[in-house]
Amino acid sequence: MDDVATSAAPRTPGLGVARRLGTGVLVLAALVGLWEGYKWLWQTAGWKWPFAVDDVTMPHLYKVVEAFWQPTTTGGPPLIRSLLDATWFTGKEALAGFLLGALIGFLIAVVLSQSRFLERGLVPYIVASQTVPILAIAPMVVVGLGSKGVAGWKAVAVLAAYLTFFPVAINTLRGLHSVDPRALQLMHSYAASRWRVLWQLRVPASVPYIFTALKISATASVIGAIIGEAPASIQNGLGGAIVNFNQYYSLEPTFLWATNVVCAALGIVFFVAVALTERLVLRGAPENIA
Amino acid sequence: MSQSADTVVSITDVSKSFRTGVTALQGISLDIRQGEFVSLIGPSGCGKSTLLRIIGDLIQPSSGSVIVNGKPAHQARLDPDYGIVFQDAVLYDWRTVARNVSLPLEMLGWDRARRRERVKEMLELVELTGFESNRPWQLSGGMQQRVSIARALSFDPALLLMDEPFGALDEMTRERLNMELLQIWEKARSTVVFVTHSIPEAVYLSTRVVVMSARPGQIADVIDVDLPQPRTAETREDPRFFEHVTAVREALAAGGHLPSATAPELF
Amino acid sequence: MIEPIPAGMGAVVGRRLRDWLPAVGVFLLGIGLWQGLTTALNVQTFLLPKPSDIATAFWDNRTELWHAGLYTLKEAAGGFAIGAGLGIIAALVLARFRRVGAALMPFAIAANAVPIIAFAPITNNWFGLLNPISKMSIAAVLCFFPTMVNTLRGLTSVHPSSIELMRSYAGGELAMFRRVRIPSSLPFMFTGLKVAAVLSMIGAIVGEYFGGPTNALGVSILNDSQLFNFPRAWAGILLASAFGIGFYGCVALAEHFTTGWHPSARAFNAE
Repeated sequence: MDDVATSAAPRTPGLGVARRLGTGVLVLAALVGLWEGYKWLWQTAGWKWPFAVDDVTMPHLYKVVEAFWQPTTTGGPPLIRSLLDATWFTGKEALAGFLLGALIGFLIAVVLSQSRFLERGLVPYIVASQTVPILAIAPMVVVGLGSKGVAGWKAVAVLAAYLTFFPVAINTLRGLHSVDPRALQLMHSYAASRWRVLWQLRVPASVPYIFTALKISATASVIGAIIGEAPASIQNGLGGAIVNFNQYYSLEPTFLWATNVVCAALGIVFFVAVALTERLVLRGAPENIA
Repeated sequence: MSQSADTVVSITDVSKSFRTGVTALQGISLDIRQGEFVSLIGPSGCGKSTLLRIIGDLIQPSSGSVIVNGKPAHQARLDPDYGIVFQDAVLYDWRTVARNVSLPLEMLGWDRARRRERVKEMLELVELTGFESNRPWQLSGGMQQRVSIARALSFDPALLLMDEPFGALDEMTRERLNMELLQIWEKARSTVVFVTHSIPEAVYLSTRVVVMSARPGQIADVIDVDLPQPRTAETREDPRFFEHVTAVREALAAGGHLPSATAPELF
Repeated sequence: MIEPIPAGMGAVVGRRLRDWLPAVGVFLLGIGLWQGLTTALNVQTFLLPKPSDIATAFWDNRTELWHAGLYTLKEAAGGFAIGAGLGIIAALVLARFRRVGAALMPFAIAANAVPIIAFAPITNNWFGLLNPISKMSIAAVLCFFPTMVNTLRGLTSVHPSSIELMRSYAGGELAMFRRVRIPSSLPFMFTGLKVAAVLSMIGAIVGEYFGGPTNALGVSILNDSQLFNFPRAWAGILLASAFGIGFYGCVALAEHFTTGWHPSARAFNAE
């Protein structure tokens, strides 16, 4: 195999970016076309399956874009204004939850990696913790922390952390165990302490695993923040906006759609931020390591 | 090149350059007769694996022609006229040992009874009877490679292509498998093209050693190995074995790839 | 190395016990601590009821809760079937047309970063609050991405020599998929399916939270907590979690039976 040369042509980075942008525009146009085409076809044919299509169930996309500049209350600021405020609020919750969750997840993994008994005893429950619908426990958490004088947004951040810690804990644990046994034997030959083995060998080895997890967690923290607000009756964020506009959906469906577009954007921004950080940190590391 | 009736592989003036601009092979011509065991040896980058793949129609040459079993290499692949063994055994974990061997037979549409009969014969040939229902990962590296050889020979191909099949094995396993391969070759009466890095392995196995040089990959020398058949453990201790090893080493050194005993020392 | 030595039955039981004992110990310890601390510190029930109260609430309402759980599980399973099915089909298509797949992959990843669950109110508006399809569709979208991404990774991460081997047998794309790509993608696919199983249950519950029939578990939990019936709300939450774990377990079991050949399963087959 060694002397079968690869036939990949050298890449021009500028061309790659242009091509990606081009594909992006194409995909976006295809999605818009699909939406409007579907809407038109179902409406003209009068099909009721799987659901009846009209301007309420599937508003025109340009109307959704227009909605950003409409006031939500007569004489009030345009929707985009209140949505930006809500995004800032939810983003703050999500970021705090992300950092808290990532830290907790990392610490849990480090502790569990030190004891096989603890790992066997606790990992099943860490997995099970994610099957608990946080939406259902959100009111208790917000009320409970509120009674201790913790602000509502911080309580929601705790909920976001609940979703965030899990991928980090599981992946970091896998990373800490991924160390080459020969490297471990080398450390033993130096009579290195557990602490040294942990920080000089296991933690560096787990960095790519941690980033894989952080990318999942970035989205999870946004989900946690949005979903946590709804049942906790916190009005200032995107979750509050969803609950609010959901009630007026039949009157003004574009507001809920616009809110969801912003939610999607926030999720993608969080993900891209982590992906870019990963690229900066892992630059110079061998490829395909994760 | 004269092409007699018993020529299995006929390579005429084959060159290969990749899109990256690297010329892997240049002006290769080689005929391999029925029943020969031909080794391709050379330094990394001499294109020996590429040449093997061109014979197997897995890579297209840039120019020149390859005739396998009297037809273009492409047709020979479709028929199929050759079995191939890679450095990794490439066995499928979701198939048992027996079903790995019968994979090509399934693809050729053999019926179940005929397949079972043949798999039994092949596992006897590579001395793995009793391991039919094991999973590949339950076998040692050497045993996996024997399964891979059984799979390659299962449909009686005229030609066996081997790409450093024992390169990843330890020296003792390698020598044992060399001996077993010769026994299989004897029984199966097939023609073998064998890519290797190891000079003793090439000499021990082959009737002919093709020495290649790198950048661009060319045939530097062809050495006939007329050691008596069948070869045994004693062959390795035969003075003539060492003569041939030396001859191959000299040919490689002439290409500048090995320090030569006759070349003046620099220090 | 040569032949797997079948582990004696006693050894297997011992191994299982050694593996599960810590988890069982933690469970009992956890329940004990929970009960002890909630009693000792006099924690208010709206924060965290005592396990004994939750158990009593579950037992007293077992029929309604169980049926509510089954109703929600049906929604989740329906969404799982639709979403995972479409995810596998999409992965097969994208693996067959690699160029399209490679070009679309960044967008699939971006779509995966979208908090899809926030769209639950919209599917409620599409299909109607009481129509189980409204919950199935949100669960389906949640299941689609992890299944698609993982299956695609499995289908495309095939050893290059495998491709050459298939070509040497004159095998075409169909043979490549049938004999190599699909079997070798199964372990990856099941990783995605296990994630999807848990997500589908959560998706259904969240969908119900934005409105649904009273005999659904999510609605029942919401009503109970609004009526300050916290032990019953917690019984519902834990039941939802148990159904999620059960669904995950079913997928894991299916994985065990279909990919028992995989080296990672060797722990099950031999010591």
